[in-house]
Amino acid sequence: MIWAAFSALLSHWRRHPFQLLAIVAGLALSTGLWSAVQAINAEARASYARAAAQLGQAQADHLVAEDGDIPLQTYVALRRAGWQVAPVVEGRLRLGAQWLDLMGIDLLNPPPLPLFLDDQERPAAEAPGDIAQSLLPPGQIFLHPEMAADIGQPADGPGIIASAAVPRGVAIADIALASRLLQRPDGLSRLILLSPEAQDLPPIDSIAPGLRRIAAREAAGATERLTDSFHLNLTAFGLLSFAVGLFIVQGSVGLALEQRRGLFRTLRSLGVPLSTLVALLAAELVLIALCAALAGLVLGYAVAAALLPDVSATLSGLYGASVEGSLTLRPGWILSGLIMALAGSLVAGARAIHRLWRLPILRAPATGARGQQARRGFHLAALAGLGLLVAAAATLALFEGLLAGFAFLGGLMLGVALLLPMLLSTMLTLGAKTARGAVSEWLWADTRAQLPGLSLALMALLLALAANVGVGTMVSSFRLTFTGWLDQRLAAEIYVTVDSDDTGAAFSRWIAAQPGARALPIRWHELRHRNAPLRIYGILDDATYRRHWPLLEAMPGVWDRVADGSGVLINEQLARRHGYEPGDILILSPAWQMTVAGIYSDYGNPNGQAIVAMPMLLAQVPPPPNRQFGIRTPADETETLMLRMRDEFGLPRDSIADQASIKARSLAVFERTFVVTEALNVLTLGVAGFAMLTSLLTLWGQRLPHLAPIWAMGVTRARLARLDILRSLLLAGLTACLALPLGLALAWTLLAVINVEAFGWKLPMFLFPLDWLRLFLLALLAAALAALIPARRLARLSPSDLLKVFANEK
Amino acid sequence: MRNSLSLLHLLRAALAALLLAPVPALAQGFAGLGTDAAGFAVPEHGTVLTFPRDHGPHPEYRIEWWYLTANLKSEDGRDYGIQWTLFRSALAPEERPGWDSPQIWMGHAALTTEEAHYHSERLARGGIGQAGVTADPFAAWIDDWQMQALGDGIDRLDLSANGPEFSYRLHLQAKGPLVLHGEDGYSVKSASGQASYYYSQPRYRVEGTVNLPSGPVQVTGQAWLDREWSSQPLEADQTGWDWFSLSFDTGDKLMGFILRGGTGDFTSGTWIDPSGTATPLPPGTFAAAPLAFSKVAGRSIPTRWQVSLPERGLTATVEALNPQAWMGTSFPYWEGPVRISGSHHGLGYLEMTGYAPE
Repeated sequence: MIWAAFSALLSHWRRHPFQLLAIVAGLALSTGLWSAVQAINAEARASYARAAAQLGQAQADHLVAEDGDIPLQTYVALRRAGWQVAPVVEGRLRLGAQWLDLMGIDLLNPPPLPLFLDDQERPAAEAPGDIAQSLLPPGQIFLHPEMAADIGQPADGPGIIASAAVPRGVAIADIALASRLLQRPDGLSRLILLSPEAQDLPPIDSIAPGLRRIAAREAAGATERLTDSFHLNLTAFGLLSFAVGLFIVQGSVGLALEQRRGLFRTLRSLGVPLSTLVALLAAELVLIALCAALAGLVLGYAVAAALLPDVSATLSGLYGASVEGSLTLRPGWILSGLIMALAGSLVAGARAIHRLWRLPILRAPATGARGQQARRGFHLAALAGLGLLVAAAATLALFEGLLAGFAFLGGLMLGVALLLPMLLSTMLTLGAKTARGAVSEWLWADTRAQLPGLSLALMALLLALAANVGVGTMVSSFRLTFTGWLDQRLAAEIYVTVDSDDTGAAFSRWIAAQPGARALPIRWHELRHRNAPLRIYGILDDATYRRHWPLLEAMPGVWDRVADGSGVLINEQLARRHGYEPGDILILSPAWQMTVAGIYSDYGNPNGQAIVAMPMLLAQVPPPPNRQFGIRTPADETETLMLRMRDEFGLPRDSIADQASIKARSLAVFERTFVVTEALNVLTLGVAGFAMLTSLLTLWGQRLPHLAPIWAMGVTRARLARLDILRSLLLAGLTACLALPLGLALAWTLLAVINVEAFGWKLPMFLFPLDWLRLFLLALLAAALAALIPARRLARLSPSDLLKVFANEK
Repeated sequence: MRNSLSLLHLLRAALAALLLAPVPALAQGFAGLGTDAAGFAVPEHGTVLTFPRDHGPHPEYRIEWWYLTANLKSEDGRDYGIQWTLFRSALAPEERPGWDSPQIWMGHAALTTEEAHYHSERLARGGIGQAGVTADPFAAWIDDWQMQALGDGIDRLDLSANGPEFSYRLHLQAKGPLVLHGEDGYSVKSASGQASYYYSQPRYRVEGTVNLPSGPVQVTGQAWLDREWSSQPLEADQTGWDWFSLSFDTGDKLMGFILRGGTGDFTSGTWIDPSGTATPLPPGTFAAAPLAFSKVAGRSIPTRWQVSLPERGLTATVEALNPQAWMGTSFPYWEGPVRISGSHHGLGYLEMTGYAPE
């Protein structure tokens, strides 16, 4: 009996395969996007954890200096007092064309066993036979095998050793070599506390005052905190796609129920209890959801695998975090995808099943003027939406942080979406007043009447369009700002890196002798400021900086202050992190304090940065490397000067670059950064278009009783079809108009709230009306395409079908 | 001598151990020790050792050590042994300041009872002050392990070291003169003439405290300090050694060693009478033969020996206080206190290297 009823229910899908496809595709699409995002996040998190574990830092506490480096003598004093600590010196290193995080460790203490072993903890085949080679000049640098392959074996200098134990983006060397490369013979970045701690040791404070102990969890969390914003961003996108996808399911499930009312009536009349019927329908839904979820997981895996290389590039570009380029199946995101699909389809189907529960056994298919009935629903939704908007605004006003930013975004989007039916209904009522003639009046009224059935699809469209406007505006504004900033920042015509300080000195002298050319040395020293790395650059007083450097805020006479050694410029990230303003005092070390003279924008850099006059830098820190230069030269002499430099100093191709090629490289990195965002954007819009289509198809069956009388009054089927498309266009157009302000609000939030929290910089907002127009047309196109199938069906409908409507009327 | 297998070798092996978890095969002699001494100074016959200067390090030589062992007794009559060793190994024949120093230091410390053996290891490089030796006033240290003179020379020393489960703090007082081995401290190590500089202070009175997991124990006893440095002490085919430092109840002392090699063992040593007068033993006169083996760390190691020196009427059994006195350091070896019985009675230390895992 039950089986017979169940197969009777399922037979519906045999006759309506497209409906089944819509449900499965909608659910699979949304599950796919969701699990793709989860898979990417899981992969990235696993990469961070692996990196931390590989560096042996996962379980160990750290000691850092409050400001600046830890003096070498402090380390020795701690060791001689019995504290088992391991020294680490860190900085950035350029290898070939790449910048890497160089981590210098004492290879003797503790012996870094994994460095010399492969994945299976066997001795690595390519490991050197003698650790002495790592300790003695020229030394050896250990790199992730992929990076080692990229960089190759240099002709001279330190050898490159591939080791699977090294995370991507990191170079490990013995501390002797690292200190030489970073030119910090007497300073350490931090100390790792090794276990076990011996008993009866004098307290660290009494041996080395001014050191701060950082718990292992905190130390390992630094990268995570930075990258959290990115993952939160992706999660938000995943949720958005999922929500949009659910609208499709909701529409299709509603349709399937609507169409099977006759069947339900028959089954009930044959004695199937209502509870059994509902249970069977729920089982059917779960079955479909499971199939769709599996398809979604496959899809999600494919999407994640396709996007991961770009995500990896983004993360390393923005945060210096390294993520492996390959994807593994993890139970976490698979489970999350399955649960989301099941829960989502049950939520989407709940309303339909609830309706069935209350269905009078003999009631005919819906024929009522549903528009009027739905009014009250609109009002309730609008009230909820308003409440959400108020809550969102309050969140932004009361709380700080990335999560508050995203909460505001969520509230804003959902709030406006809930307001949408009410707004559209009001607009249609107003529109009806402009109507001339019977057909026109009917069109307005009928459009409004269809609103309840379409409202969810329209909400999906609104969200997708707004996300497109918002994210598009954000990316384009960022791109415009970034390009302008590159123009300012990369003012020198040529950038050169030489391989030693001696060559650097010779190079300076040689440039000084070239007519019309002058060298701007790029020298820096890295220290720690309030427990984060801070790189201090020294600059010469040059018109290039005065004219081009992108200052956001400055004291009067800012460049004179920097030139005379009294002022320091800091980047926006540092200023925002600690609330520095021009005029504040910046304490770089106990003996080195300076006035903040100005704040400059510094995009694409997660860390703090400062600029002082070169003499000031040289007076305060051990001589920093003198190997990088910007060269100013008349534009038409750039080519020849570059050629002569190459000849004179035998510079390899990648250590000399002109402005244009650096700009191109930077922009390429920038573009890659947003590939993922834009891909998700397009996919979301696609899902929204699909939601429109399924909603219109759902309505199709219910439309005949409305259309038949109009047809009977003499309006041709072709005209009715055209009017249907027109109605669809009207609704999409109105929704698009409403999506624009929402999208701009979204863009503002991304630029002024999320960016500041996530990256530490605020971006100006630019408007791109042409993009809006493109999107508006795209929305209309989607609506027209979605309406086309039902319209074509209407146009070809046999008159007998329309007549049947009257025959069935009870 | 002892450890003729030497620091360089130890260190090379230690470093190799980092690369190849188990110690590499020892078949080729210990890690090329006997092959070349390019750039490093080589011991020369006729050189006069000068003190306190030669208590300090000789960075132009490849290897060097400050090697102290002590046989101790608690008030309740239990026997203990301790080891305190600082090795120096030069990757280049010079000292440079800071991290660039090519001088590598390795400390080994151990505490042995009849039931247990605790050991610990430290590694550091010279140049930054974490480890090193000064001649006058004498001090040798690595991290918080110290061997520090009170006053001139090395007659009075404070000694301390620790590991996760043990520590000791001892005071040493010399009761006799320094002993120069071989010819005035020039000690030959093979038939073809490889040599090292080698002197000892074999007669310290010791008192102090050893700390076991069960608590502190007051101890007294005797200690023996070896000082040796060289650049090329081994023949290429010498694969390991057995080294004895024995103190007899008569007041006589014997240092004897066997260098095991493919072309026959090389044995030598020094007899030291109660006044401190040292007599070098001609190669081949000192003999030692294993009587019983123990299973230690997957190896079969002789922990009971028959030692004989006919010219002194010595025929004695030397037996380990604790056969499991295994130094599981980056380069592993056996080192522990021994008891002597037979024609002579007494206590001493035994070191054995180059026994391959089975």
